[in-house]
Amino acid sequence: MSLRCPSTGKALLALAAVAALAGGCDRERRDLGASMPEGGPQIQTTDLTPGRGGVLPPDPRGQLYEKSAYHVSEGSRLFRWYNCSGCHANGGGGMGPALIDDEWRYGSSIEQIYGTILEGRPNGMPSFRGKATEQQIWQLAAYVRSLGGETPQASSSRREAMRSTPPRNQVTPPKPKGEGAPAVQGTAR
Amino acid sequence: MKQAASGLIALLLLCGCSGVQTPLDPAGDQAASIHTMWNVMLVVCSFFYALVIGGLLWAVVRRRREPVPEPQASAHDPGIERTLAVWTGLILAGLTLLISWSFFVDRSLAQTHDDQALHITVTGYQWWWRVEYQDGPVNQWFETANEIHLPAGRTARIKLESGDVIHSFWAPNLAGKMDLIPGRHNVLDITPRRIGVYRSQCAEFCGMQHAHMALPITVESPEAFKVWRAHQLQAAKAPTSQQEAFGKAVFETKACAFCHKIDGADAGGRTAPNLTHLASRPSLAADAIPYSRGALAGWISDPQGMKPGTKMPNVPLTSAESSAVVAYLDSLK
Amino acid sequence: MTRPPKKTTGPAPSPRRPKKEATPVVAAPVIAAAADAQLEETWADAPGFWGWLTTVDHKRIARRYLVTAFIFFLLAGLAAVAMRLQLSKPENTLLSPARYNELFTIHGSTMMFIFAVPIMEAVTVFLIPLMVGARALAFPRLNAYSYWVYLAGALTLWIGFILNVGPDIGWFAYTPLSGPEYSAGHRADIWAQMITFTEIAALAVAVNLMATILKMRAPGMTLSRMPLFAWSTLVTSLMTIFALPAVMLASSLLMSDRLLGTHFYNAAEGGDHILYQHLFWFFGHPEVYIIFLPGLGFVSMITATFSRRPVFGHIVMVLALISIGFLAFGLWVHHMFATGLPRLGNSFYTAASMAIALPSGVQIFCWIATIWSGRPVFKTPLLWVIGFIVTFVIGGLSGVMVASVPLDLQLHDTYFVVAHFHYVLIGGAVFPLFGAFQYWFPKFTGRMLSETLGKWHFWLFFIGFNVAFFPMHILGLMGMPRRVYTYPSGMGWERYNQIATLGGVIVVVSVLSFIVNVLTSLRRGVPAGDNPWDAPSLEWAATSPPAPYNFAHTPVISSREPLWEQREVLPIMTGLSTAEREVLVTTPVDAEPDNRQSSPDPSIWPFVAAIATTMVLIGTIFSEWALVWGAVPLTIAFSGWFWPKRPRRGAKQEPQ
Repeated sequence: MSLRCPSTGKALLALAAVAALAGGCDRERRDLGASMPEGGPQIQTTDLTPGRGGVLPPDPRGQLYEKSAYHVSEGSRLFRWYNCSGCHANGGGGMGPALIDDEWRYGSSIEQIYGTILEGRPNGMPSFRGKATEQQIWQLAAYVRSLGGETPQASSSRREAMRSTPPRNQVTPPKPKGEGAPAVQGTAR
Repeated sequence: MKQAASGLIALLLLCGCSGVQTPLDPAGDQAASIHTMWNVMLVVCSFFYALVIGGLLWAVVRRRREPVPEPQASAHDPGIERTLAVWTGLILAGLTLLISWSFFVDRSLAQTHDDQALHITVTGYQWWWRVEYQDGPVNQWFETANEIHLPAGRTARIKLESGDVIHSFWAPNLAGKMDLIPGRHNVLDITPRRIGVYRSQCAEFCGMQHAHMALPITVESPEAFKVWRAHQLQAAKAPTSQQEAFGKAVFETKACAFCHKIDGADAGGRTAPNLTHLASRPSLAADAIPYSRGALAGWISDPQGMKPGTKMPNVPLTSAESSAVVAYLDSLK
Repeated sequence: MTRPPKKTTGPAPSPRRPKKEATPVVAAPVIAAAADAQLEETWADAPGFWGWLTTVDHKRIARRYLVTAFIFFLLAGLAAVAMRLQLSKPENTLLSPARYNELFTIHGSTMMFIFAVPIMEAVTVFLIPLMVGARALAFPRLNAYSYWVYLAGALTLWIGFILNVGPDIGWFAYTPLSGPEYSAGHRADIWAQMITFTEIAALAVAVNLMATILKMRAPGMTLSRMPLFAWSTLVTSLMTIFALPAVMLASSLLMSDRLLGTHFYNAAEGGDHILYQHLFWFFGHPEVYIIFLPGLGFVSMITATFSRRPVFGHIVMVLALISIGFLAFGLWVHHMFATGLPRLGNSFYTAASMAIALPSGVQIFCWIATIWSGRPVFKTPLLWVIGFIVTFVIGGLSGVMVASVPLDLQLHDTYFVVAHFHYVLIGGAVFPLFGAFQYWFPKFTGRMLSETLGKWHFWLFFIGFNVAFFPMHILGLMGMPRRVYTYPSGMGWERYNQIATLGGVIVVVSVLSFIVNVLTSLRRGVPAGDNPWDAPSLEWAATSPPAPYNFAHTPVISSREPLWEQREVLPIMTGLSTAEREVLVTTPVDAEPDNRQSSPDPSIWPFVAAIATTMVLIGTIFSEWALVWGAVPLTIAFSGWFWPKRPRRGAKQEPQ
């Protein structure tokens, strides 16, 4: 069980302080690339597999990047440097879809976001294979996750967490129980 | 006292204080002006220190052999009081001298030599320098990185900006330092006089590789400067061999073009140093490594090993791709 | 209801014998044994660990502060040794850049926030009530609380460092490097919160000392008869109260930017990075004088005692202290000369920065004049004073050099500045501090420190320090910048770096000799009498170590050097209760008795309040809700603390 830095809890504050400090080791570690594991997950291109739920197994590398404040911060730098904001603005979307809401066309797990950035996607997402290194793509994926508020709270700064609430005019009505995932929107909002 | 002071200065000079990164070996007007301030300071401060030590020695030596009696009440001692008044007056005089001298030197540094100044903009990043020559008509503007050439005798007006955190531009042989602060535009005037290559180093803590953020400043004759400038305006040399051509292709299609720019290649990245004339620079990685083909190969294959924390990632290249890229970049004189 | 107590001259104390004898001498007046016993019982702490937790005795708390601050001094010194080892060779790979940056951050932060200010406060907290003739500090429980909060802050920083989550942004933590974009995670938040902890503690102590000095001096100790050490403490406390809020603001706004998304320091949204520097240095410059002024107080007391005469020019010395206190607030921009502020304004700060050399220079003259016109006894404390003059004046003069804007533009952020501030801080504060340890150790512990070991300590430290730091002047003039984890070979910097490292090793040996001296003297030191040095000030009238109640009766003062002028008979005043804890409150200027005030009993609430404060402050690093939920334990703790004391029924107020 990985030490998740705990969310707010009145009774656990003192314990949280100690636990968070101890669990902070993962959060603060700076891996400068030489020691990082190579490669990414095997991207599953279809979930039409008999008998299986079609869920991608979690990749431990993804957890490593997500929990590290250093990597999320590097991801935010690369988001600017590689002009992701050209289409996604600062997460609110424009030509490209918003990254701060809870609608993920191509999946919201870090492995799926990794795949999206690596391979590109229809509807305009370019492929960054060979252009950004694998570590950088992981860092970008971790940052994108933080935009949606999906990373452990201790790894993203509060500023990212505050941006994870969707803008008011994009709040989707609650899904009635029993239905599957909503149909993918044809165009970005 | 003057002899002692000049003796001290000579001693300091003997320590090898002539160098490429020292304020004691001025090669430009601003540094020379500050150097006189230093000399005045050294003389005045040494004088006062000598007085203090002299007084202390006298006090310590004076009554050593007398037995230890009962403590005395403080007596009214006009002699000491007069001396105190003299001492206070001396300090006031000394401080007035230093404050005025400092004020006038500072004023001379601030004077704008506007008419014929060479306009350069230096932008600091973690941990390299973008240098843009923005002098004359716009089609004479060009950009380089991690090196500066200046013509001797002409004032360079350097605009200082920052792309991320606070840095500081400091070429001690030429002028004092000035910070590069995001959100502010600072200006530094440098009037170099003596031809040579001097070293400038970032002087404000800017993160992990603050220690390796320097740049060589070449002061040359106006003619040599014109030649260098004309060369910089040219696009990158076209590849002359198959390996170089392959290297150029690798550069354009792999991660390199994502961040670096080469005029004349299909590479327009702005977030990393401009490499158009990389091979003509004396050093790599902001003067962290002297330039050589081997150093270049080492840098490309493992930047994190050579300068841990640098923003350049370890890009996975096959050995053929790597040697081709090195060959291409080494040809960019 | 004020009831001015009776003022009598009680029975004459037994005459003190000259200091040549080493046998203990009873200095306190002989009084009825029963009353003394009741006084002991009233002022005693509970036994054992509970007593240790609940004590409000300023001497016990001061000892705690001293030991804790000294341990952190050693730890920060080890960090410096590691840095010096890394810098002894060019392109050395002993430490990674990340580790080196963490080390110099923790060295600076510890030395400035966790060692220098607290240890000066420790010595003053111990001595001031004794020196002004009071039984306790003005706010004893606040004193206890301040220690625990200080300890929590120091531990936060060092535990963070050990767990590899420590800050790496320098002790000054400039934005934007320390801001949310360039400092990921919570390293910088740990630094910022450590500031909050230590500044709460420092403010608490400053308020305490000011109130004690102004309102609790012995009758007859008018402001003009107050010793110079009390003056320096008064000025320091005032400076603390005005300066520390600036750094709390700077660090709190930084945390707010990092954790709440504000833009105080974000130029792109209308904020300003220079704002951080202004706020920080508005504190930062007075801070070094807050560290330095108590040292001046030590020097004055030691010089007087060992020159066998009062310090020359008492009025001038007081005026110098006060003017340093004022001027110190007008200098801060000299840390920002390279930031591109308007040049005419910069020149004003040059003038102010140089002007402060005047009161310092005058003080140096007065001390030298005291030694010159006195009959100096060259024991170790006076050696430290002489070392202080030799060393500090170099630092002061190099300060005058960097005060000049054009020269500073060359020397700023080089090793010249490193040399300068170590000369003024070590020369101006640590030298007097070691002198103070040697001088007041008998009062703190009842035993003398060894003179031989003391002299070894002094000479090793003096030589080691100069060997370590003088070459740094030259390194700066040769162009070596600060805060670099390594440097290229071929610059000519190797030789001086090696010399500096060697000097660092000598300093380590010297400090070890001091520790050996302390540890052996605690057990086998010569027992000290009340006044082994035959010093003039009032703390030497108490026993060594002092009883929990300091003085059996309040002394009455009629001169500046009470134990010299009033050798045979030290008048006392009776009337304070022995059945419950009571202190005498006097008027601020003339120290006429005003009323009696009950002094708080030992209590666990300061410790509880400190725990609650720690929970709130550490919690806010991770979540803003900690402020809300943490208010609950805080309220409980402070309510318990301030619960009104019920008057004891049937307590007899026995006049003595």
